[in-house]
Amino acid sequence: MTLLDKTDSVPSPRGAGDDGTPLLEVRDLHVEFHTRDGVAKAVNGVNYTVDAGETLAVLGESGSGKSVTAQAIMGILDMPPGKISKGEILFRGQDMLKMSGEERRKMRGAKMAMIFQDALSSLNPVLSVGYQLGEMFRVHQGMSKKEAKAKAIELMDRVRIPAAAARVGDYPHQFSGGMRQRIMIAMALALEPDLIIADEPTTALDVTVQAQVMDLLAELQREFNMGLILITHDLGVVADVADKIAVMYAGRIVETAPVRELYKRPAHPYTKGLLESIPRLDQKGQELYAIKGLPPNLTRIPTGCAFNPRCAQAQDVCRTDVPPLLQVTERDGGELAGRGSACHFWKETIHG
Amino acid sequence: MPENTVKMKKNDAATAAEEPTAVGPTVAEAGPAPEKPRSLGADAWADLIRRPLFLISAVLIVFLLVMAAFPSLFSSTDPTAGDLSNHFLDKPKLGSLFQPDWFGYDAQGRSIYSRVVYGARVSIMVGVGVTLLTTVFGGLLGMLAGYFGGFWDTALSRITDVFFGIPFILGAMVVLNAFTDRTVWTVIGALAFLGWTTIARVMRGAVITAKHADYVVAAKALGAGTGRILRKHVLPNAIAPVIVVATIQLGVVIVAESTLSYLGLGLGTNDVSWGADISDAVKSIRNAPHILFFPAGMLSLTVLAFIMLGDAVREALDPKLR
Repeated sequence: MTLLDKTDSVPSPRGAGDDGTPLLEVRDLHVEFHTRDGVAKAVNGVNYTVDAGETLAVLGESGSGKSVTAQAIMGILDMPPGKISKGEILFRGQDMLKMSGEERRKMRGAKMAMIFQDALSSLNPVLSVGYQLGEMFRVHQGMSKKEAKAKAIELMDRVRIPAAAARVGDYPHQFSGGMRQRIMIAMALALEPDLIIADEPTTALDVTVQAQVMDLLAELQREFNMGLILITHDLGVVADVADKIAVMYAGRIVETAPVRELYKRPAHPYTKGLLESIPRLDQKGQELYAIKGLPPNLTRIPTGCAFNPRCAQAQDVCRTDVPPLLQVTERDGGELAGRGSACHFWKETIHG
Repeated sequence: MPENTVKMKKNDAATAAEEPTAVGPTVAEAGPAPEKPRSLGADAWADLIRRPLFLISAVLIVFLLVMAAFPSLFSSTDPTAGDLSNHFLDKPKLGSLFQPDWFGYDAQGRSIYSRVVYGARVSIMVGVGVTLLTTVFGGLLGMLAGYFGGFWDTALSRITDVFFGIPFILGAMVVLNAFTDRTVWTVIGALAFLGWTTIARVMRGAVITAKHADYVVAAKALGAGTGRILRKHVLPNAIAPVIVVATIQLGVVIVAESTLSYLGLGLGTNDVSWGADISDAVKSIRNAPHILFFPAGMLSLTVLAFIMLGDAVREALDPKLR
C-alpha cells in the first residue's frame, strides 16, 4: 500500500538512473535446493546489472541456473526446498531480499513482471483473457470491472491482437500459440513495470511466430524504456535483441560481453563451443560440432572450473582453482568494456 | 376440486423442470448465447442439457425437490393419520391417481401414498444437508491442506485417515446411539461428521495439481496475493472432481439415512421416513408386499437419479471424455 502510493506519486526516474544506481543489480547470489540426494547448488555467486532500457540476455543450458536466478529476483522461488543462502538483489538500490513478503508482492506486476515460456499453461483455462488482463488493474489499482475491461481491450490492441474488443471475452484455448504469448506479454506490461524478465518467451512457438513475438517485445521495451532480462538457450534469438550477454554454466556466469563482441570473439571455451555447435549453411556435409559430455550434477559440481571435465583446453590448474570472472583485454592490454571471462586461459581462447 | 389440484401440481412440476437451476450443479448461466465464447462451466452446461441421462435425472430431482418442499401439493392426507378401517391387505388401487388409497394402506391404516410423499423431505434434507456440510467443510480442509502443505497437510491427512478407517454405517450407529431424541439435524450431523473425508481427499489432490500449474506461478509473479490465488486460480480449477464426488455422495447418504432408520437409529416414530417405513413393511412382507414396494421403489429412484446426475456431470466436466 504505502510502497505503491509513494512510488506512484513521485514520477519514477526512468532512464539510466540519475544517481548512477542501476535498475537491477544482483550481487553474489547463491541459491541452493535441499533435496534427498544432498544440497543442489543451483546458483553459485551470480552478479549482473540491468539498466533501464537495456536488454541483458542470460544464456545457458538447462540446469545452468538461469531460471532459478530469475525466480529469485521475482521472489517466486519455492522455499523450501529452495534457499537463498547468500547475496543481494538490489532494485533501484534497495535490497529486495530484506523486504517483507507483502512489500515484494506489491512490487510484482507493478515494478517488475515476468513472461513465461508456455503461454497456454501460464494462463488460467477457466477465466477469460479479458478477466485475467483486467485482474492486473483490479488487484494493483483497485479499478472497477468495467474500467479494467476497457484497459484489457486497450492492452490487447497494443500487443496487436486483431479484433481485441470482440475477443476480450475469449478463453485462452481459443487463441493460437503466438496470440497467447502476446497476451502474456500484455499481462506483464499492463502496469508498465520497470523491469521485465522473459523466461524463454519464444521456445514454445514456431520459428515465424518467434520473430514476431521477439520484435513486439523489443519494440514495447523501447517504448516504455524498460529493463529486460531475456533468458534463453537460443543463440539466434539473442543476437537481434540483446545489448549484452551473460553466459551461465553450473550456476555461475562464465562470460559476459556486449552482444556482437561475444559472437565475434568468445573468451570462454564453453561459449566458443556453443557458437561452434550452431549449424551453418557453409558447413553442409560436415559433422556438426557438439560439446562433449553432460552438464554437471548440481549436487556434485566438479572442483575447480565446473567446465573442466568437458573442456579441451583443461590443465591441472583448472581442476583445482575456481577461476574468477576476469577482465578481458585486447592483445595490447587495452580493456574491453563490459567483457569478462571466468577462464584461466581466456587469453588463449580469445586471441588464439 | 381434487382434480384441479392435480392439474396444478402437474403444471408446477413442469415449470420447475424447465428451470433446473435449483439443482444444476454447474454455476453456469442458463442459455448460453451462441456467439458468446463459453467458459468451462457454460461449456459443460451446454454439454449437459443435450444428455438424456442428465435430463431424466434432472427432471426426477426437481420433482423430488418440489415434493420435499411442498408435500401438500401432492397429497392432502395426513401421513400419520391411521384409520384401521383402511385394511392393509386391500390391494392398492392403481387406477385412483393421487388419491389416498392409490398405493394402498399400511398395517396401521395410513395412506402409503401420503407417506411416500411426505417421506421425501427427510431423505432429501439429509442428502442435501450432509452433502453441503461435507463439501464446504471437507472441501475447505482439503484445499488448505493441499495448498499450504507441510505440517498442516500432514496433520489433516492423518486425521482424514483416522476418519476414513471408521466404517460409515457402523460409525453412524455408534454416534446416533448416543442420542435419545433424534431429529433430522442429529442424523445430518452424524453423517456429515463421518462423511467429509472423501471430499477432503479429492479436494486436496485436485488443489495440489492446480497449485503447481504454471498459471498459478504466473499469477504469483504478477502480484496476486494468496487469497486471490486460492479463490480465482486454484479453486475454479480444482472444483470439478469435488462436484462429481459430492453428487454421487448425495445418493450414498440417502441410502445411509434409510439404513439407519431401518435399524431404528434414524428418526423417531413421529417422523415420516422411507427407511422407517421399509422397516415396518418387512413385518408384513408376505401378506402385503406393496407396503414395502412403494417406499423402497421411491428410495431406489431417488438414489438412481442422483447417481445418474453425478455420472452426467462427470462426463460433462471431464475434457478427456469429450
